[in-house]
Amino acid sequence: MIATALTDLWYGFGVAVQPHNIMWCFIGVLVGNMVGVLPGMGPLATISILLPLTFGIKPVGAILMLAGVMYGAQYGGAICSILLNLPCHPPHAVTCLDGYPMTKQGRGGVALGLTVMASFVGASWGITEMIFLSPILVRVALEFGPAEICSLMLLGLLAGSTLARGSPLKGVAMTVLGLMLGIVGTDLETGAERFTFGMTHLDDGIELVALALGLFGIAEFMNSINQVTSVNTKYANVRLRDMRPTKDDVKQAIAPMFRGTLVGSLCALIPGTGPTIASFVAYATEKKISRHPEKFGTGLIEGVIAPEASTHSSVQGDFIPTMSLGIPGDAVMALLLGALMIQGIVPGPQLIKEHPDIFWGLVASFWIGNIMLVLLNVPLIGIWVKLLTIPYKYLYPSALFFVSIGVYAANNDMFQVGETVVIGILGYVLLRLGFHPAPILLGFVLGPRFEENFRRAMLISRGDIGVFVERPISAVFIGLCVLLIALQIYVRLRGPKNAIVTPPALESAE
Amino acid sequence: MRPARSFTAELVRNLLRKRDFYAGGLIILLGLVMALKGPTYRLGTLMHMGPGFLPTALGVILIFLGILIAGAAFGVPPGEDEDILPAHPEWLGWACILAGPLCFILFDSYFGLIPATFTCVFVSALGDRNATLRAAATLAAVVTVFGVGLFSYLLQVPMPLLTWRGL
Repeated sequence: MIATALTDLWYGFGVAVQPHNIMWCFIGVLVGNMVGVLPGMGPLATISILLPLTFGIKPVGAILMLAGVMYGAQYGGAICSILLNLPCHPPHAVTCLDGYPMTKQGRGGVALGLTVMASFVGASWGITEMIFLSPILVRVALEFGPAEICSLMLLGLLAGSTLARGSPLKGVAMTVLGLMLGIVGTDLETGAERFTFGMTHLDDGIELVALALGLFGIAEFMNSINQVTSVNTKYANVRLRDMRPTKDDVKQAIAPMFRGTLVGSLCALIPGTGPTIASFVAYATEKKISRHPEKFGTGLIEGVIAPEASTHSSVQGDFIPTMSLGIPGDAVMALLLGALMIQGIVPGPQLIKEHPDIFWGLVASFWIGNIMLVLLNVPLIGIWVKLLTIPYKYLYPSALFFVSIGVYAANNDMFQVGETVVIGILGYVLLRLGFHPAPILLGFVLGPRFEENFRRAMLISRGDIGVFVERPISAVFIGLCVLLIALQIYVRLRGPKNAIVTPPALESAE
Repeated sequence: MRPARSFTAELVRNLLRKRDFYAGGLIILLGLVMALKGPTYRLGTLMHMGPGFLPTALGVILIFLGILIAGAAFGVPPGEDEDILPAHPEWLGWACILAGPLCFILFDSYFGLIPATFTCVFVSALGDRNATLRAAATLAAVVTVFGVGLFSYLLQVPMPLLTWRGL
């Protein structure tokens, strides 16, 4: 078993080191690293802008690059949090608590150096997990019939929408809205045109790129315009030699690093708990087991290392259900899955067998990409900090141009640019009403497959809805769904007293 | 003045200020559209589901969720969660952001990529509070040069650079 995994991994490295694949991977992590630093430009918006540009390249290169943006942004986010006290990206919000005080004490460089190290360890563990767990999951999942797939999707959708930020009720509503948006267009089975309102442009459904850029591009710009204040880079002058930690620092950092990694990998196994939750849990764990919990928040290295290691380990772990089951855990994963689908690749348990180059190439590229990021981050931090001083008033107009031409280039269709504007308005209204639009993408990507499998399950069971609880595996998934809902109601009734840590400005959207 | 009535009136007035009341309302509205439009696509039976089955079912679920969300607003004390509009509404900024891509559509359909890029960036840049015409024009010019180079020459997006399709 281990031997086959290693041979496959070897094959994956063969794919990933092909010159053009290395190039795409490098572009991906570089762009990701950059946008991770820029406030107001999240990985979601960046991946959506880059998505149409990948249509021309091979699926392997495309997915390598887009995934690189995603984990590259994780490295960049830490810089923002530690040096500038800016929680640009939710997973790094807790890092501010102890990271910024360290910077004020003049130890920001050390914090960054150790963070890069911890990130690499966390990510490596996540990748290892992916190598060994995915084939096992696939073997189980290949036995699934349509009823099991349906229940599993239901679990994924519920977890993705209730465990994320904000009110769980609103999250579920957003998922259902996403499912509905996925229905728009011609029904594949019967040919009926649904919710097109007579517009032939909508026959092929709503375009993924238009939806993502409307929600995470235009709506986000409307949210941030004239809100982003100029950043204070007073403490942000970090030189290369400041980053080398002393022996004592390393000794102090090793244990939290492994604890954080462990927490992150456990969080990755629970569907729906993304890197943000992983980082909070890791911080809370450190605080709980620490001998001097009152010192947290004053610049303790544990408070920086554990959440960062945890975030990275969970980010890589999130790829496991996405690639092996075809069920994304959050909006970024949904977008990556959508990118594969646009390339004509059907997600699901058969993906690893039918497209080993994509799966193993991706796994191998994670390692290559992470090594690149470690090497990039050390000398480039100065440049990234300079990037931060680019005012928002230059950033968003340029981004709007990229949004417009990106959506147009997806299908050479101007109608979709208009579609993006309309979705953007809707997205902003939803934001103002306290909804987080990320689950929409989850529902949208899974919607058509959910309907197809539901139909098939009903056909096989001759219209007996009880099939979902009669088949044992499916019953387990349904049971977990019920448990999840019950847990949410329980937490709700107990009140918000049990919040682990008060999140600093976590509400600022991705 | 009967106290019971004024209490109800107070409750309603409180509710009408709540963000979640409108959030729930919007969800109910979307659900209604689906639940009413869905059956027109043929429902079918559970065994042979028609194209209208899932939309109708989702619509009903949405209405239910909307009622719950709006209902939750009852429990919120007065003064909380009432900020539907931000403290400083940026009407000009929002308009400029939306106008940018619309200009792109319009100018590209009539004049080609170069004017479309320029106006898109120029118009949206005017949305910033400290924007000046000159700064916006400079930014637009820079993005146009860079964007046209990238998309037209490197990525070969099929779009005429300059054209005249009449008005």
